Amino acid sequence: MAKKFLSGNEAFAYGVRLARPQVISAYPITPQTIVVEKLSEFVEDGSLKAEFIHVESEHSALSCAMGASSVGARAFTATSSQGLLYMAECLPYAAGGRFPVVMMNANRSTALPWNIYGDQRDSISQLDSGWIQAYAENAQEALDLALMSFYIAEHKKVSTPFMANLDGFVLTHTYEVADVPTQEQADEFLPSFETENKMSLTSPKNLAFSAGPDTNTFFKYKEHIGLLNVKEAVAEAEKRFAEIFGRQYSGLTESYKTDDAEYILITLGSISGLVREVVDKLRNEGKKAGLLRLRYIRPFPNEEIADALKNAKAAAVLEKDISFGNEGTVYSNVNSALHKAGISIPTSNYIGGLGGKNISAEEIEYIFSDLTRKKSEVKFLGIGGEDSGS
Amino acid sequence: MKEIIWHGRGGQGAFTAARLLGEAYALKDDSYVLAFPSFGPERRGAPIRAFTKLDEKPIGNRSEIKKADYSIFLDDTLFSEQAFGELKENGKILLNTKKTYDDPRIIAIDGDSIAERYLGMPITNTILLGALSAVSGLVSSDEIAVAISQTMPQRIREKNIAAVNAAYEEAAL
Repeated sequence: MAKKFLSGNEAFAYGVRLARPQVISAYPITPQTIVVEKLSEFVEDGSLKAEFIHVESEHSALSCAMGASSVGARAFTATSSQGLLYMAECLPYAAGGRFPVVMMNANRSTALPWNIYGDQRDSISQLDSGWIQAYAENAQEALDLALMSFYIAEHKKVSTPFMANLDGFVLTHTYEVADVPTQEQADEFLPSFETENKMSLTSPKNLAFSAGPDTNTFFKYKEHIGLLNVKEAVAEAEKRFAEIFGRQYSGLTESYKTDDAEYILITLGSISGLVREVVDKLRNEGKKAGLLRLRYIRPFPNEEIADALKNAKAAAVLEKDISFGNEGTVYSNVNSALHKAGISIPTSNYIGGLGGKNISAEEIEYIFSDLTRKKSEVKFLGIGGEDSGS
Repeated sequence: MKEIIWHGRGGQGAFTAARLLGEAYALKDDSYVLAFPSFGPERRGAPIRAFTKLDEKPIGNRSEIKKADYSIFLDDTLFSEQAFGELKENGKILLNTKKTYDDPRIIAIDGDSIAERYLGMPITNTILLGALSAVSGLVSSDEIAVAISQTMPQRIREKNIAAVNAAYEEAAL
């Protein structure tokens, strides 16, 4: 391994190179641009032997990656925000076709108002597309996730496309220290892509077919099972990863001081680091705070959430998205997990970081203190303007 | 944690300096660094800021620095009284200027003259980094030289390392 000083985008690109994709098709968009720039440099200097295809749009980027996957090639693409929405038609196509394409999404707000900064409304709006969705916290996890995503997506019981999300700018553009594994280690971890789900002259079969009312449910059910199998594939990938690289990951969620916590904040992505610092501060003051970080939200970690919250007095979900007219989507999902497990505690929802708005340590402390009121509410952090309340 | 804010204009290399400082500090064992620019569209000549956070344990807070141990100005036209508001207690301002200041919080260095001598152009980012090394001890000039060698194009490495060393000597006086 080699210690390098990399941005989140660069770290992810190093992880992708280690996975030896055969086809990369992408269209640039801020703040994703650097990941594909870096990969094009790798292809140019010969350190990555892949076909780099410049396409004219995101719709074509994913169509192209899907086409490559359908002939048995390992394919990668990357996008963000409006780009993700522009390729939206192709997302369920890739998932339904069971093509294990890997895509990095640099989380960015969606228009209007026009905004290039980070929030998670882009990817969360596509939760029902049938893709695996994971969220990295830092550059090291981004790099490791890049490598693991191919293993998980291509797993025989999964065969489902993988969207790895990195918070725009705060993660994609921030430089950190990261260990870059050697190619030998990566090759030991990740076997080459072998699939039966491909066009072949020797073993011809029907791909990307039609399925009418009689058979459609069967295929959709199989797609659902494929996503549920991700939990097992993640466990297998992380065990193997720890053996080869020595770094441990904890499955669909990561618990921090939740065992005896009375008040637990659930969140995802790069804000988790700051929440962890606030939890430490509150613990020093004798307050029983905890953090549950959702590393994956498809499949949704229902059991892990119920297990972490079973002894809590109240919980909050802090998320960078809003399903207008209702509440944060992660919050809805968390409440469903608790309800199914028969856990009845007050839960609150805090919508923060929209359009790149900073979330401060003070605001996270405020959430924890607000939790002690044990009310179920949806609140926006830092509204500003004439409706400024908090 | 040590926190450094870099002030410059687009094109003066403030973010490059923030990154080089991080890269140099990352050479140490058990070092954790975050280096990032003020996010958003970039324009040559427009005021920009960049940030470096250095610690011996993981850094969770990715927000912009509000109070710095060192606030560095590559361009003295960006400096005003407001700068003191973003300093920690005992924090220092490192200012590229030909003027002199009585204020003990300000360390003035004529980076432009060093730049002219060693680089042949008025780019002072690595020069202020060399000066920071001398006044703070956060990284050594040798570590900066390694960081420059790892990241800068070959043709500008040697002269930037020479400029760092010259600035180090001058600031150490």
